[in-house]
Amino acid sequence: MNLFSETAIEDIREKQAAWEEKELAAALGSRPEEKPAYETECGIPLKRVYTAADIADIPADELGFPGAYPFTRGAYPTMYRGRPWTIRQVAGFGNPEATNQRYKYMIQTGQTGLSTDFDLPTLLGLDSDDPRAFGEVGRVGVAIDTVDDVDRLFDGIDLEKISVSLTINPSAWVVYAMYVAVAERRGYDLHKLAGTLQADPLKEYVAQKEWIYPVRPAVRLLRDLIMYSAKATPKINPISLSGYHLSDVGGNALQEIAFIMAFTIAYCEEVTGAGMDIDDFAPRLSFFFISHQDFFEQICKFRAARRVYAKIMAERFKARKPESMRLRVHVQTAAMSLTKVEHHNNLMRTAIQALGAVLGGCQSMHTNGLDEAFAIPTEEAMKLAIRTQQIIRDEINVTSVIDPLGGSYFIERLTRDMEIEIWKLLNEVDERGGAVKLVEEGWFQQKLADSAYATFQKIDAGEKISVGVNRYVDEASSSAEVHIHPYDEQCTQLQIDRLIAVRAGRDNARVRQLLKELAEQARSDEINLLPKTIEAVKAKATLGEICAALREVWGAYAEPMIV
Amino acid sequence: MDKASMAEQTSGDAPEQDATIGTIRVLVAKLGLDGHDRGAKVVARILRDAGMEVVYTGLYKSPNEVVAAAVQEDVDVIGVSLLSGSHVPLFRELGRCLREEKADHIFVVAGGVIPEQDYAALWDSGVDAIVPQEARAELIVTTIRNLIAARGRV
Amino acid sequence: MTVPMPSRPVKRAAYRPSMELVPEILAGNVTAIARMITRAEAGYAEAAPALAEIYRHTGKAHIVGITGVPGAGKSTLVSSLIRAFASEGHKVGVVAVDPSSPFSGGAILGDRVRMSEAASSSQAFVRSMATRGHLGGLARSTLQAVDVLDAAGYSPIIIETVGVGQDEVEVVTAAHSTVVLSAPGLGDDIQAIKAGILEIADIHAVSKADKPEASATVSALRGMMTLGSERAGSSWTPPVLAVSAVSGERIGELRDAIARHWAHLRESGELAERRRGICRTRILGAAKHLFQRKFDERTGEIAEHIQAVVNRDMDPAGAARLLLGWANEGQAT
Repeated sequence: MNLFSETAIEDIREKQAAWEEKELAAALGSRPEEKPAYETECGIPLKRVYTAADIADIPADELGFPGAYPFTRGAYPTMYRGRPWTIRQVAGFGNPEATNQRYKYMIQTGQTGLSTDFDLPTLLGLDSDDPRAFGEVGRVGVAIDTVDDVDRLFDGIDLEKISVSLTINPSAWVVYAMYVAVAERRGYDLHKLAGTLQADPLKEYVAQKEWIYPVRPAVRLLRDLIMYSAKATPKINPISLSGYHLSDVGGNALQEIAFIMAFTIAYCEEVTGAGMDIDDFAPRLSFFFISHQDFFEQICKFRAARRVYAKIMAERFKARKPESMRLRVHVQTAAMSLTKVEHHNNLMRTAIQALGAVLGGCQSMHTNGLDEAFAIPTEEAMKLAIRTQQIIRDEINVTSVIDPLGGSYFIERLTRDMEIEIWKLLNEVDERGGAVKLVEEGWFQQKLADSAYATFQKIDAGEKISVGVNRYVDEASSSAEVHIHPYDEQCTQLQIDRLIAVRAGRDNARVRQLLKELAEQARSDEINLLPKTIEAVKAKATLGEICAALREVWGAYAEPMIV
Repeated sequence: MDKASMAEQTSGDAPEQDATIGTIRVLVAKLGLDGHDRGAKVVARILRDAGMEVVYTGLYKSPNEVVAAAVQEDVDVIGVSLLSGSHVPLFRELGRCLREEKADHIFVVAGGVIPEQDYAALWDSGVDAIVPQEARAELIVTTIRNLIAARGRV
Repeated sequence: MTVPMPSRPVKRAAYRPSMELVPEILAGNVTAIARMITRAEAGYAEAAPALAEIYRHTGKAHIVGITGVPGAGKSTLVSSLIRAFASEGHKVGVVAVDPSSPFSGGAILGDRVRMSEAASSSQAFVRSMATRGHLGGLARSTLQAVDVLDAAGYSPIIIETVGVGQDEVEVVTAAHSTVVLSAPGLGDDIQAIKAGILEIADIHAVSKADKPEASATVSALRGMMTLGSERAGSSWTPPVLAVSAVSGERIGELRDAIARHWAHLRESGELAERRRGICRTRILGAAKHLFQRKFDERTGEIAEHIQAVVNRDMDPAGAARLLLGWANEGQAT
């Protein structure tokens, strides 16, 4: 059923033609428009005005209702009226104790869910005493080497009551094992643990570039994690399918959604291929998108993404549960849009991007600190970021109506146009042999690098405006005295000392044995590696030791040459 | 070329192509564990479009590997972009390796996220220029050309 | 916007005379080797006598050409070969050639991405070279780079080129042994015949042996071999090897096949013939280069000849004979 009658549409078209000949022509005659053509950031043409005629072809069912297929209007029937989005600011630096203190501060300030950033050695499966970890321990995130570190990280925090998001990828399955071990140690009911692991390998190879193993073993590890978590920790989202990084590395809105959906398809095929029913794990797939500068494009992106995902689950994977078709998303505002010059402008940018995500519909959000372009945010910056979300949530009355922009001629047209382009990209991936193959070949990487260069050229040429940088440049405003979050020089030594103590105090023969068994299991594709990994972390095997054991079996990833 | 006129030049005027400079070779390198390569890849294209030959190292290289590459490729400049915050120890190690290999005629240009308070440490490590985050293509190209013109051909 | 710089003066460096670099090159000094390659590429007249002197010290190295379509995995393979040869005590030289941009003249040279660790060993020297507008066959400077590595004691010296169409088939004219790498699933078996690559290979390698499609490509190639595909004038039967850089499978065998071919060339006497062929190619290439340079330099005189041909006072062949007359003048460079 269509939204409007034929006669109504005819009428509108006639009236628009008349308006164009009369009022519009007069206005253009006295003053032409500033540009010959207008489009969204991702290249979809924009008309000057939209009417019902522009969406006459869209069936009403494509919109639906919030919390029901195809979920265009929202993931849940009551959205923010039932429960506002979670303010989930990511934090992580130094030793686990330092991050633990920051967590307590943020919970006090009003944060309702925790999110952890890890340091580069941890992300890449290296211990703090590894030579490659030189200069990196505890710098961009918290250093985790053993299960005891995870315990310290969440000291005094009741994990049954607060959900935790762990921004970890190639070593995700190990950190999950440590998290479960800590929960068991504390006597928690594992079924009550709530949270998310990022754990999305394909986007690593093409965007965030954290990797240890070649592509296929990494996908296998994810499969094991999804299947294990579905039974053991059913309230944990074992993956956060991340479009964010696809955008961060240069992708536009269409690539962000199309590529992450291609990866989602690949993972679902992997897990269902291993014998699990789609409805047994899909409800716990979660997403992570960016909220970028083109306000309406981003709002429509969220709506289009929900609709595309619902259709993929229903039509391609034959899911039956509505929960399997519902796209739940965490959002982070666009760090790449922030400038070092006149960094206070970043507050406004972030606020607008946050509003876009709220109107697009999200379940949790991290707003960037105004200093995010050049530092780990200070407490002050984080507080302002939290306040940004609180002001949007509590002062401006945008949460009373669900999907308030739904039904707008422009919004529905743009949502549909973006959806169509996303399907085209997905079909192309299918025709070329699927996401895993294309990741190995470097196809996505080339597309994203091309996009990044195109964006740079537009900014360089002044076509894309960056206020304070290439427009309204004030030579007098140098980068202000910015307080940089101090790096704890002692951090590395403390971690190393702890590693020495752990290795001295544990049953080393048992650890060696467990690692040997784990490597054996890894040679077969059939065995789920989580149980053995949990045993190993409980025996105080370190993150680096576990990851190295599997590197012996699978080898290391070598990136394709794409610039 | 003296400092004053070089500073003027780096404000945006492209110099005459010095006939004795010839083809400029640049090593674009990623040091340490920082996985952000978007900027490095964009710079590689910029330099290529300006007629330079760019040897790109890929991610996760040690200062040792980077210096070995710089020497074998006889590059004029090593460009390193870092967003992980580890620039001070990494550039220090890079400078040390370059001096050890007697290759400190090679310019070192830093980019990425580098706070002003760390500039002094980078100068001490032998860094020759720090490209601001929002620098335009022309500025990057000009900076490199001017450095090489000042040094002369080796 | 200005670019922050330290307050110390910009470093200066002196140009060292090329003849001074020669003994250092012969002693294996990496910086000197690299410097001389740069000068050969730049075509400095000052470097010509040094390069001539270096040439006198060449002829020891086994030159191996490796070619194949983009995406076949050449760089990864070369990286593995460096290790394989180094493990037997060889000093391995690699010259990796990539195309320059026809628009800007610049280039992005990415072969080191896959070779970085192997290349940083003291037993390896890897140099990336752009074609710099040179079309068809290997540039003179590429071969001069090989000379420098040869004189410095590297052997084998691997020339890695992209095999696309007829042009890069020319690597066979510069190398003693040619390895052609095919990748499974790229439709390579068909391309190989089209490009004439089948005839130039002394050794066929099929990459990604860890993938199931590899054995199909190997079979296809072996099938073609029975149609009499030995290189003209050679009694060597090119082997077909599936290799995997990922698992290390058969890299040792490939190394050994390359070594066996070198032994075959020497024992059979074919090496002398190949050497003559290489020198012939290089002389012709050098002559063309010299002529091209004069042609480009003497624009004034050329203009007169062009006008004469335009006016039909002379035909193009006649003008060329005239020019060849003065191509013999002046110093050889």
